[in-house]
Amino acid sequence: MTPDLHLWLIPVLPLVGAAINGFLGKKFSRQTVAAVALLFSGAAFAMVLFVASRFSSLTTPHVEFLATWIRAGAFQVDFSFYLDQLSLVMLLVVTGVGFLIHIYSVGYMWEEGGFYRFFAYLNVFMFFMLTLVLASNYLLMFIGWEGVGLASYLLIGFWFTRDSAASAGKKAFIVNRVGDFGFLIALFLLIRHFGSLNFEQVFQSVAPITPESGGAGLLTTVGLLLMVGAAGKSAQIPLYVWLPDAMEGPTPVSALIHAATMVTAGVYMVSRSHVIFERAPMALTVVAIIGTLTALFAATIGITQTDIKRVLAYSTVSQLGYMFIACGVGAFSAAIFHLMTHAFFKGLLFLAAGSVIHAVNGEQDMRQMGGLRTKIPWTFWTMTIATFAIAGIPPFAGFFSKDEILWRAYQASWVYWFIGLFTAFLTSFYMFRLWFMTFFGEYRGTAEESHEDSAHDLAHDDTRAGAPAPHGQGHGGIHESPRLMVIPLVMLAVLSFTGGWIGVPASLGGSNRFERFLGPIFHSAIVTEGGSATAAPEKETDGHEPQTGHGTELLFTGISVFAGLVGFVLAWLLYYHDPQLPQRIAAGLGGLYEAVVHKYYIDELYATLFVKPLIAGSALILWHGIDQDVIDASVDNGAQGANEVSDSIRHMQSGNLRSYAGWVAAGAAVVIAYMVWMGTR
Amino acid sequence: MVPISYYLILSGILFACGVTGFLIKRNIISIFMSIELMLNGVNLSFVAFAAQWHALSGQIFVFFVMVVAAAEAAVGLAVIIAVYRTRETLNVDQVDLLKL
Repeated sequence: MTPDLHLWLIPVLPLVGAAINGFLGKKFSRQTVAAVALLFSGAAFAMVLFVASRFSSLTTPHVEFLATWIRAGAFQVDFSFYLDQLSLVMLLVVTGVGFLIHIYSVGYMWEEGGFYRFFAYLNVFMFFMLTLVLASNYLLMFIGWEGVGLASYLLIGFWFTRDSAASAGKKAFIVNRVGDFGFLIALFLLIRHFGSLNFEQVFQSVAPITPESGGAGLLTTVGLLLMVGAAGKSAQIPLYVWLPDAMEGPTPVSALIHAATMVTAGVYMVSRSHVIFERAPMALTVVAIIGTLTALFAATIGITQTDIKRVLAYSTVSQLGYMFIACGVGAFSAAIFHLMTHAFFKGLLFLAAGSVIHAVNGEQDMRQMGGLRTKIPWTFWTMTIATFAIAGIPPFAGFFSKDEILWRAYQASWVYWFIGLFTAFLTSFYMFRLWFMTFFGEYRGTAEESHEDSAHDLAHDDTRAGAPAPHGQGHGGIHESPRLMVIPLVMLAVLSFTGGWIGVPASLGGSNRFERFLGPIFHSAIVTEGGSATAAPEKETDGHEPQTGHGTELLFTGISVFAGLVGFVLAWLLYYHDPQLPQRIAAGLGGLYEAVVHKYYIDELYATLFVKPLIAGSALILWHGIDQDVIDASVDNGAQGANEVSDSIRHMQSGNLRSYAGWVAAGAAVVIAYMVWMGTR
Repeated sequence: MVPISYYLILSGILFACGVTGFLIKRNIISIFMSIELMLNGVNLSFVAFAAQWHALSGQIFVFFVMVVAAAEAAVGLAVIIAVYRTRETLNVDQVDLLKL
């Protein structure tokens, strides 16, 4: 018998916080709003820690039933929560990183309008994300799925008076609708064929199906449709276009939603559905190909971007591609491992980027930065750790997860591995490019003077909790962020440094505890699979070493580290040693460079292919055709008809008394004539 | 004995005269008199039928009509005097204060 964990408290606590701040926050002081937001998100984190501490004594999966939601015949959907190793990892990441980013946000958003609104949205996001992670069936998961989309929309458009922010929010929402459409159809298929959306029931029904037996086509369809959903939420080709624009939102939002948690929901969903995917090899191949292409594609765009947040956005897309490569080759635990380390270092990168932006008074263009190393040392050092982590330099967190993925990708196909390796090199290159451009060389911006002017409204009055005196250091306006922002940076930096150590592979003398921890989930499938090896050949090697020995794996590890170092050296050459060189190279590349700078004109292509025809069609058919000619016309013409009829009848009421009497007499005469005629008939 | 149709024709002629006068006259008093004419045309057909069928109710009706007509004449003439005092005219076309 498992103890009562009150799992429901985990998502509900942030919801309470959101309700308090959302409904009453307008009257609260900033301190109260911040206290409420931190209290409830922190309480959720504490609750997760409590659950984690009891986890070893649980029989997994632990299902907590709350209430029946829908019951239609044999079909039933419950409000119930599902806790196993996978959801526990996600819970820890979401609430842990989420709580840190809440703390950071208090500092970052302190001077912004709509402070209470921001935290209400942020807590709403936590609620939906935790619902998504804890759901025990696809429909409840879908609620969370849509809910985080809503929160994302609200937060991207947080500065809704800015037109670009409002459009970016809409873009994110609409692109996600495309993905959700696929997800929904997959759910309908599951209901139709398995009569349930419950994870346990669906997976039990799916388990006997092998790629050779009947029903495999159905699973492939479901898998592909789920992948469409995942591609929408996790910004994969062809639905990745919304994520770079989502950088219009406040930076903590970019860190929490568009790097650490929400965009990884697709990876979580695919991993959660691994039973389906393992039996649909074609769907898995598609996942891997999409992941590979996205990783490479986004990384190349990342090289040319100059907006610090956009570089990180494309980097996020690229890293998500890695996770899908891992899913696609059946290495789900590696995907979740990378998801976790990515949440640490990418969350940190965004927060540090926010700190940089904050320091240079809102400037986001890296060409206007430079030489910030000594001026904002905390930000510099934490960002350095994150950069090394994402570049895959040992012993930082990203090294272990990325290396794990590359190794597993190689076992599936050398093509995945090679592209992945090349992407790793590109990743290292554009990240160190960002690092050099931001922190080294000469300061190129103009924020010094302007910052002095606007220093007052940028938050340095004494009311700011924990704010250090910014102007006492004799270096003008550029200054380190307040302590409230630095603390989360440091904590995430520690995690980015050490986070990978729980998954040290055997070849490096570790025991890969992370993979063994997740093992029960991803292994159970293999047992029920009953030796149909084609479904997931990689899976059989899970946890223990395959035919190739440690030596080979070490060689590959060496190669990927080398790729990271090459990226570093190249970035050093181009952006530190000889800053003029990049322009010459760009000029030399000509059209190719232009295409990459313009993100391969994908936005323009989509605009031409989908958006413009859709708008034109809507204008022509829906607006002019149906709305104006049918709906409006029926109302307008009805009113006009009534007007015209009454206009003609109106003349009867002349106001001349005797004409009325005449009408009465005429009417009477008609009645009498009629009666006489009836009588004589 | 005079056939009933004669009475009815006379009654119809009287009523038609009343209607015509009511419609074409502009003087309130003439209109008023036309109304009396219509009432009496109806009264004539009532008494004719009463005599024909030896039924008393027809005569009772006539009494009622006469009483109501007398009361109406009293009220109506009072109204006419009031109208004349305020408007200095008895032309109905000029008494159109309620018209928009």
